[in-house]
Amino acid sequence: MESLIGLLVGAPLLGAAVLLCGGRRLDRAGHWLGTALAASSFVIGLLLFADMLGEETEQRAMHQHLFSWIPVNGFQADVAFQLDQLSMTFVLLITGVGTLIHLYSIGYMEHDERRRRFFGYLNLFLAAMLLLVLADNFLLLYVGWEGVGLASYLLIGFWQHKPSAATAAKKAFLVNRVGDVGLSIAIMIMFTTFGTFAFGPVFEATGETSEGKLTAIGLMLLLAACGKSAQVPLQSWLGDAMEGPTPVSALIHAATMVTAGVYLITRSGAIFNAAPDAQTVVVVVGAVTLLFGAFVGCAKDDIKKALAGSTMSQIGYMMLAAGLGPIGYAFAIMHLVTHGFFKAGLFLGAGSVMHGMNDEVDMRRYGGLRKYMPVTFVTFGLGYLAIIGFPGLSGFFSKDQIIEAAFAKGGTQGWILGSVTLLGAAITAYYMTRVMALTFFGEKRWSETGKDAVHPHESPKSMTIPMIVLAFGSVFAGGLFKWNESFVHWLEPVTQFEHGHSPLSATAVTSMTVVALVIGVGTAWLQYGRRPVPAVAPRGSLLTRAVRRDFLQDDLNHVALVKPGEYLTRGLVYVDHKLVDGVVNGTAATVGGASGRLRRVQNGFVRSYAVSMFGGAAVLVAATLLMRAV
Amino acid sequence: MNPVNYLYLAALLFTIGASGVLIRRNAIIVFMCVELMLNASNLALVAFSRLHGNLDGQIMAFFTMVVAAAEVVVGLAIIVTLFRSRHSASVDDASLMKL
Amino acid sequence: MSFPLLTAVAVLPAAGAVATAAVPAAQRTLAKWLALCVSLATVVLAAVVLVRFDPDGDRYQLTESHAWIADFGVRYELGVDGIGAVLVALTAVLIPFVILAGWHDADTADDEKTAETPGRRWRPTQGFFALILAVEAMVLISFLATDVFLFYIFFEAMLIPLYFLIGGFGDRAHQHGEEEASRQRSYAAVKFLLYNLAGGLIMLAAVIGLYAVTADQLGEGTFSLQAITEARANGELDMATGTERWLFLGFFFAFAIKAPLFPLHTWLPNAMGESTAPVAVLITAVVDKVGTFAMLRFCLGLFPEASEWATPVVLVLALISIIYGALLAVGQRDIKRLIAYASISHFGFIILGIFAMTSQGQGGATLYMVNHGLSTAVLMLVAGFLISRRGSRLIADYGGVQKVAPVLAGSFLVGGLATLSLPGLAPFISEFLVLVGTFSRYPVIGIIAAATIVLAALYVLVLYQRTMTGPVKAGIEGMADLRVRELAVAAPLIALLIFLGVFPKPLTDIVNPAVEHTLSDVRQHDPAPDVEAAK
Repeated sequence: MESLIGLLVGAPLLGAAVLLCGGRRLDRAGHWLGTALAASSFVIGLLLFADMLGEETEQRAMHQHLFSWIPVNGFQADVAFQLDQLSMTFVLLITGVGTLIHLYSIGYMEHDERRRRFFGYLNLFLAAMLLLVLADNFLLLYVGWEGVGLASYLLIGFWQHKPSAATAAKKAFLVNRVGDVGLSIAIMIMFTTFGTFAFGPVFEATGETSEGKLTAIGLMLLLAACGKSAQVPLQSWLGDAMEGPTPVSALIHAATMVTAGVYLITRSGAIFNAAPDAQTVVVVVGAVTLLFGAFVGCAKDDIKKALAGSTMSQIGYMMLAAGLGPIGYAFAIMHLVTHGFFKAGLFLGAGSVMHGMNDEVDMRRYGGLRKYMPVTFVTFGLGYLAIIGFPGLSGFFSKDQIIEAAFAKGGTQGWILGSVTLLGAAITAYYMTRVMALTFFGEKRWSETGKDAVHPHESPKSMTIPMIVLAFGSVFAGGLFKWNESFVHWLEPVTQFEHGHSPLSATAVTSMTVVALVIGVGTAWLQYGRRPVPAVAPRGSLLTRAVRRDFLQDDLNHVALVKPGEYLTRGLVYVDHKLVDGVVNGTAATVGGASGRLRRVQNGFVRSYAVSMFGGAAVLVAATLLMRAV
Repeated sequence: MNPVNYLYLAALLFTIGASGVLIRRNAIIVFMCVELMLNASNLALVAFSRLHGNLDGQIMAFFTMVVAAAEVVVGLAIIVTLFRSRHSASVDDASLMKL
Repeated sequence: MSFPLLTAVAVLPAAGAVATAAVPAAQRTLAKWLALCVSLATVVLAAVVLVRFDPDGDRYQLTESHAWIADFGVRYELGVDGIGAVLVALTAVLIPFVILAGWHDADTADDEKTAETPGRRWRPTQGFFALILAVEAMVLISFLATDVFLFYIFFEAMLIPLYFLIGGFGDRAHQHGEEEASRQRSYAAVKFLLYNLAGGLIMLAAVIGLYAVTADQLGEGTFSLQAITEARANGELDMATGTERWLFLGFFFAFAIKAPLFPLHTWLPNAMGESTAPVAVLITAVVDKVGTFAMLRFCLGLFPEASEWATPVVLVLALISIIYGALLAVGQRDIKRLIAYASISHFGFIILGIFAMTSQGQGGATLYMVNHGLSTAVLMLVAGFLISRRGSRLIADYGGVQKVAPVLAGSFLVGGLATLSLPGLAPFISEFLVLVGTFSRYPVIGIIAAATIVLAALYVLVLYQRTMTGPVKAGIEGMADLRVRELAVAAPLIALLIFLGVFPKPLTDIVNPAVEHTLSDVRQHDPAPDVEAAK
């Protein structure tokens, strides 16, 4: 069975190669080929999963060594895979949701002449993401890490003819690169500390080195995670990334790629467990992003950007949980999986709405769509209930656990974190209700006649089926995972698990969560559900305007980085031309000038030459005589 | 007679030749002055030969004569050609070889 | 006596150059095909060298040694080590692509008409391809020479054909018209020549100095690398510290100009900007590698102690090169100059790796030479195809190319991604090895250098965004996609980049032992990991 692991990556990689190099001949069947290869990867994943379940808990990890990748004296990097419970969870999530979104894209991208290429990129993404979660060393993980970055770049900028899409793609890649620097530095520190960067040896050796080194590694890994998972301070790219086609937002910027940071931190648990300072920073980053994303989600009128803010916020939850250590890893991953279902479902729903509304994204121009798009409404609604943590649905179980674990952190920290997560839950309920109300309820704020006429309609089957499947996941996954703590036990061999000791009882936390939920939903309903919504956003307070601009993140980057950078490069170009090259040209000019002056001596008069000859001879004779005299 | 006197004479002749080369413009005269200088050095060589009591100086003097003869051939040819093309034997007129 | 394989590798393109130059004016196409076939035959010979080379065998293999100028101890000595072998392979592989990419670069409009004129002497096409082959021959012999004087001669001699290639066959695309283009071209050619000549002359002084030192201490002067290294090892040759440093500086100066290292770099953007894209590739991907290669072989091999003494300064200069080149690349408005500055940044990485004095650093630097050659070739040649279509080098004149020429845009993107060292493509491996190698000895420099990968992404993606994406600009509308000939240039190079990115083992196997030898020359060992050091 172990030899199948390589095929997980191989199948979509083959698809990418064929679709991208195949040319126009594949235009007609390309999307089916891409989908089939994604699905085959999923099937292989299921086979391996079944095989894994058959093994004893401790024997479940599988390895496959393909070949020696970079053998240099003292430096060994292999292309080798490790499939344990954590990787397995991701494999199923990535291939499962990935296949559904391939299916969805067949309908969504139907009228795009470059659909074949789109599927090629999607397959490339799957391959890179699978490589990321299957790698058994950090360098190979790094390949997947930048690979998903590339796929994300290509897909965000898929509609390259739009300058905004091209800019957003570039921005995403650049911000991610900042994170990548962190990952590469982390690997370098590992190499100099442990002499290796393979998971097993590094994690075993954590006890043999100083905490300072581990903290440094941890912080660098966190930097990488911040880049990929859009956590503060590297969050600015995610909102813009919504320029990409909606299936991309669903797959990459909601369900899978952006959660890679959480994977990285959970995977490196051994390092973080031994570096409490780094863990604290992880928790702080998670908490700050949780609130940041939630506030941004409240202010956006663009449905995809609102969902993007929500994604940031939910990943903040996961980060926070991962930063809590063994009491939180399992819950971080659990929330990651449930979030994968409901957020992908919500994005697909949003895509379905846009599909029916001529690609309009402004929620203020929606309204009352539940009658026109019943399937979308129901699936979106289930996703909505899941994300706000409606009791019994997926999000409720996973989020509740994180809140409980946050309180269990203990001390003042525990109280602060607990309150932040509770506040986050309330805001989540608020902004999601707002999205729901603006889109599906209330008066319709669009017209079927006139210049901007739209004719909302339900999407085709290929789009609704994935939404329905994901809605099932949103409803039942949480309960399934919670049943007998099955998910925690499943992951325990990889991530360890400790029961946190919460100062509050589980019931108390749950009831507080529900209260927070009710407050959030109620406020939003009062504001957006009961009152008519203006089709043009009111100016709003200073704070609102700042939040609409993502807390001025871009303005800040512009002032702090872009402008000085422009001046610096412009200045350097000037310096290079005038100073460095100037010295060279100056030398040349000096030599040229001097020779110009010297050549005047050659005046062509024989007699003046004769004088210099005589003079020279006289000087020589005099010198000889002088030498003799001395 | 003291051989040193020959050296004085040679120096005098050389100086006359040198100043002639520097002062006069007529190519022929310049040319003759060069010859004068060569012969002055010949005289000096022979005088040295006598002073030192060996024949080295005399041999050198023969060389100088040969060189002088060759120089006359080439030099006169140049001067004649120059005169033909420019109708002047002034050395200052032929100042086109400057950079 | 066995067949002189190494001589054959170098002589073949030289003979090809003569033959190509002799092709009659009317048969332009014949000259092209002849040059291409000769370069392909050279690839075959280089492949034979690679196959015959045994990584675990002697340091220098396939050696040839003949007395040449006996009075001065100059010998005709050739030999190939692992580092030389991969660079010979790189050179041999790149030249056919250079020739193929420059297929029409030397054609002139009135050529057809005057070609039939009897007695016509000026044959630009023949000259162009003959000069390229001549450069190849000289570069190859520089990689193979193990006699310092022999190396010096060809190190200098290659300036002559390059001078004519830059000055005589410049890029016709110029925003200020033909006349200005020709003025800029001759400026670039003269600058190139003077810069490199200056370095060469200083090196000549050092070469003579080396002879004097060996003549003084060994009784008989020699230029033989092996003889000198051996004499050093067994203590017969013991240079005075001051002498060694001066000699090192003389050599290093020449190589740093060729490489080029900040602040001796300003000839490169001019030379690359004004010459045609294939010649620019020839300069940066092939010729400049002689500089970095010679640092490894001659600076470290002949003057180990002085190399150690100079390391801090060289490392800082290399770091400045990396950052400075990247920042200037961001600020360029001309596509080719941008690539030139990116190359300066990359040369900084190579030199950083060489002087980090670790096996990862030097192994990485060697791979970097190969990978940079390939990645720059893709980027520059595709840029050349682009420029030849629009007739402008200014980035601002382009926009939306991917809409009309997707294959061209895609190839350009792959070249760009290789330039920014994306994992999965070959340059990533070498860059990471250089970084790790540097970091293990000089953590601060390693971290700063690592941070510049953001800048690399910036200049590549900005270039791509401005030229390829967005709405289609005026003048781009009817642009044709890559033709078959152009695809035959881009596709194999891209395939090589991917292959070497996934499976670099064939190269590392050859390079590793050679790096070990170099490290033993400078008597350095890799720092042990902390965990082991603690035990």
